[in-house]
Amino acid sequence: MHIKIRTFGIAKEICGGPILQLEVPDHATAGEVKQLLIEQFPRFGGLACFLLAVNEEFAEPDTLLASADEIAIIPPVSGG
Amino acid sequence: MNIHLHISETPLDIMACIGLVTGPASGGIDVFIGTVRDATQGKAVVRLEFEAYESMALREMQKIAVQCFERWPVQAMAIHHRTGVLQVGEVAVIIAVSAAHRSAAFEACRYAIDTLKQTVPIWKKEVFEDGEVWVAAHP
Repeated sequence: MHIKIRTFGIAKEICGGPILQLEVPDHATAGEVKQLLIEQFPRFGGLACFLLAVNEEFAEPDTLLASADEIAIIPPVSGG
Repeated sequence: MNIHLHISETPLDIMACIGLVTGPASGGIDVFIGTVRDATQGKAVVRLEFEAYESMALREMQKIAVQCFERWPVQAMAIHHRTGVLQVGEVAVIIAVSAAHRSAAFEACRYAIDTLKQTVPIWKKEVFEDGEVWVAAHP
């Protein structure tokens, strides 16, 4: 399925823009998409960590994704 | 719950935040102000750039405020955060908490800033004379 991922912070620089379009298996999990991101953009592997957010909630590795979801890459946060 | 959240591209207003939480039943108001420091590990900072995933940041800020109301007898809270380019000395974040007595205000305010720094999707980039670094991005 086709998913759109919003990128922020260093992720925007790694992906080269604010929205990443990705083709992933149907019923892909957040964990699987994270792995795909590391394979496609090895710099993600060098980050301290990163999470995905699905519909504005932090995703677990086994969170299932759907193509209509709002998905975002959340690099290590540094607000405040 | 009296919770006021704001993410702003324009300068924050400390007195306005105090006003948002102050009421006749308030005996103590605790305010945390995060400001832009002029150096990191001895290196001079030119400016900071803040970016937010705004809709999710507001949700996470709301969760923090609700947690404060659940844990302490606080009366009102304001959490305001800047985005955009900030110069040294500018205010990046304000957390204001009121309670009947000071203990709850102190504890909730501390919890709020400590948790914001862990969970809210806002990022800062430090700009130096010779480069830029997204804070905490790399181990």
